[in-house]
Amino acid sequence: MVCKLCGPKLSLCGLILSVWGIIQLTLMGVFYYIRSVALLEDLPLDGTPHDIDHFIAEVESGYTQNAYNCWIAALLYVVTLVVSGHQFWMNNRSSVSM
Amino acid sequence: MGSLFRSEEMTLCQLFLQSEAAYACVSELGELGLVQFRDLNPDVNAFQRKFVNEVRRCDEMERKLRYLEKEIRRDGIPMLEIPGECPEAPQPREMIDLEATFEKLENELREVNQNAEALKRNYLELTELKHILRKTQVFFDEHEGGANTTESMTRALIADDPNKHMGHVQLGLRDKQESLEFLPCFVAGVILRERIPAFERMLWRACRGNVFLRQAEIDTPLEDPSSSDQVYKSVFIIFFQGDQLKTRVKKICEGFRATLYPCPEAPADRREMAMGVMTRIEDLNTVLGQTQDHRHRVLVAAAKNIKNWFVKVRKIKAIYHTLNLFNLDVTQKCLIAECWVPALDMETIQLALRRGTERSGSSVPPILNRMETAEYPPTYNRTNKFTSAFQNLIYAYGVATYREVNPAPYTIITFPFLFAVMFGDLGHGALMAIFGFWMCYKEKPLQAKKIDSEIWTIFFGGRYIILLMGLFSMYTGLIYNDIFSKSLNIFGSSWRNNYNLTTLQENKLLQLNPDSPDYTQTPYPFGIDPVWQLAEANKIIFMNAYKMKISIIIGVFHMLFGVCLSLWNHIYFKRRISIYVEFIPQIMFLTLLFFYMVLLMFIKWVSYGSTPPYWGSQDPEIVRTSAYCAPSILITFINMMLFKTDENTRPVCDDTMYAGQIGLQKFFVILALLCVPVMLFGKPYYIMQEQKKRARQGHQTIEGAAENGAAGGAPVPAAAHQDEEISEVFIHQAIHTIEYVLGSISHTASYLRLWALSLAHAQLAEVAWNMLLRKGLMSQGYAGGIMLYVVFAGWAAISVSILVLMEGLSAFLHTLRLHWVEFQSKFYAGEGYLFQPFSFEIILDSAGADE
Repeated sequence: MVCKLCGPKLSLCGLILSVWGIIQLTLMGVFYYIRSVALLEDLPLDGTPHDIDHFIAEVESGYTQNAYNCWIAALLYVVTLVVSGHQFWMNNRSSVSM
Repeated sequence: MGSLFRSEEMTLCQLFLQSEAAYACVSELGELGLVQFRDLNPDVNAFQRKFVNEVRRCDEMERKLRYLEKEIRRDGIPMLEIPGECPEAPQPREMIDLEATFEKLENELREVNQNAEALKRNYLELTELKHILRKTQVFFDEHEGGANTTESMTRALIADDPNKHMGHVQLGLRDKQESLEFLPCFVAGVILRERIPAFERMLWRACRGNVFLRQAEIDTPLEDPSSSDQVYKSVFIIFFQGDQLKTRVKKICEGFRATLYPCPEAPADRREMAMGVMTRIEDLNTVLGQTQDHRHRVLVAAAKNIKNWFVKVRKIKAIYHTLNLFNLDVTQKCLIAECWVPALDMETIQLALRRGTERSGSSVPPILNRMETAEYPPTYNRTNKFTSAFQNLIYAYGVATYREVNPAPYTIITFPFLFAVMFGDLGHGALMAIFGFWMCYKEKPLQAKKIDSEIWTIFFGGRYIILLMGLFSMYTGLIYNDIFSKSLNIFGSSWRNNYNLTTLQENKLLQLNPDSPDYTQTPYPFGIDPVWQLAEANKIIFMNAYKMKISIIIGVFHMLFGVCLSLWNHIYFKRRISIYVEFIPQIMFLTLLFFYMVLLMFIKWVSYGSTPPYWGSQDPEIVRTSAYCAPSILITFINMMLFKTDENTRPVCDDTMYAGQIGLQKFFVILALLCVPVMLFGKPYYIMQEQKKRARQGHQTIEGAAENGAAGGAPVPAAAHQDEEISEVFIHQAIHTIEYVLGSISHTASYLRLWALSLAHAQLAEVAWNMLLRKGLMSQGYAGGIMLYVVFAGWAAISVSILVLMEGLSAFLHTLRLHWVEFQSKFYAGEGYLFQPFSFEIILDSAGADE
């Protein structure tokens, strides 16, 4: 494991961004999951359905879908965290050994 | 007790030091850093002072150290930080040892460097020669066909340019004996690569095309020994005939700084020479290596101590520099100094002086005398790492007049608060607070790192301000219920949806009326109700009304507080008259007009609204207190100033907010206007009266003096002087009054920037969310997760760079302005000068920063 892809600044940037991403996206996922009204405007809905039951079903599925999407993005940030953490560690170690 | 409320009390002291003890005592005072020495011989130039020799020696030592440091840097040897405590200033006799050490080190280093340079020059020459031999070999080898290389070369020449040479040189007769006589000569050398084109053209023109130039580039860069730069060079060889051309070619080569090397003609000789050159290069390499090793050893040894030496030399220099400010007394045994000293620190200074005397072994103790003076003492506020950042914000406007009320302690709270009003967002505030907290938490390691970037220094210097600004922004973010432009529904909204299905289906926009069961009539416990985030039609209108009122309320209180602080100044400086003719009318003016407007806002908030069980009732009693009848505060205030009443267009409502409002308002405005002439003429009138009184007394004394036959002319010129001043007093007071009266109006309006910036911030945050993050959230299916991952990074970058950094900067500047102009203009003169103590710490810090 001697691959060093990014420098100290980029890896630090990745670390901070992924920590922020994990926290915020996980929380947003939770909020979507509990059907937060504040996030209603950010749902993928098409048109204005006239049938109320259909509309409710679509909103429900949108909430669930977005909750999953948020958690997927959070997971991707976990991967980013691991990668940039590893890079950060590599950079630190190489600078110490020099 | 030392406090931030006003600057420290300072005393001017005279200090008598015995010549022998002076050095040790000043050294102790430098460690303490609480004494500001005054120059007692300002007319004497720097070269005529007593310790000029010592200062010069220190300069010389510093120069040597800098040379050493430069060499150490060049070799990339790490310089050891001073372990533990800073070294004390050495004894004067130690200076000679230091000088000797530095002298030895410098000489050694210079010698080594000279040797190394000579060796390198040698090495360069040999390498160039090596390249010449190698390249020319190629030139010659290209025509291996001929038995004689030169001849083959000649042939090559002819082949190149047959017409030219045929006639002149007559090489047509081509037997060997003949050609030997016409041997074409050649010179070989090395030239900088970028000079080649010019060199070629010059040769061609000067020799009318009678020379032939071949050149080849040397691939590896060579090191220039004098500048140690890497330079690219080319080998060239020039063929020509005849001595005249030879001198000409040589001159041109000289002119182009080309180095010529002897190059034997015969291939065997060349080979032999190449061998010789190779062995010499080998030898040189070993010698060079040894020289480098020696240099490295010397530098490593020096690097261990260099910081320590720097500190010592700078301390010695600072001490002698200070001693130069002193006066010698008549007996030459004693040095006299004058210094400003904080009155509270007299004891510690006495103690330090005693320590210094003991250390120098002198028997006579130094004497510290208080002096009376009419001069204004310097301003000194004792700060710690937390308060110093805020104090510096104040000093950036102007250093407080001696013992004036210092705005810094209030700024510690109001500054982050006013900032937060403009920057109200829980998310952005949290980012800022985390950054500030990290800097405060890692304070020591970050300080030790000494990062040189200017922007970092600014951020790090203001770390406590940033932390507080972040925390306060989180608070106002909760009040505005904004986190990255979304709202948190912590306590449960107070609004209910009471529409039935068909209404919901058929209308695009629906309203929730507070005057109906839609609103539970108990407000959201903390901050703005989260339901407003979804009110796209009138969210901004509602927030504007709220934030504008809040800004004016905060502003009026802030200014009132500033005016109140001026009372402490008047009392402290015993300006009794100023209390009556400045402070009281000022505060009346502000209260009667602007504080009254604030009261109107509260009255409006309290007395208009729904009456719970009677929704939409037409009962006149209820309608009168409903939102329908709420007046506009701004119109009311303008009408009040203009003594005007609008016609009542809503007959069901009352004309006024309370009984007797019109009369009271008229009374207030008239009273406020009456304050203006008091402010304008009160003080000048009082001063005139005083002068008249004094003049009358003065005449009496003169008469009395004349009777007594004594000289008593002093009061007359003084009176003349004050007569001149009275016009100045009038002008000054007029400016002051106009500034205050117009200022209160424009400053009140100026506080509206609190609203404007907070609106801009909220809108920008919303745009960032809608334009970026929503794109990720709106995408269909599981691919949205990946889309969200990408978009989130962009949104985060925009949030930090634009919303936190740029908006933060602009809010910071507006806050600074509100403090400097709107707040401090009410009480702060800022005409003092700063206490700059003689302190080793400051001297070493500034010397370190210069490098």
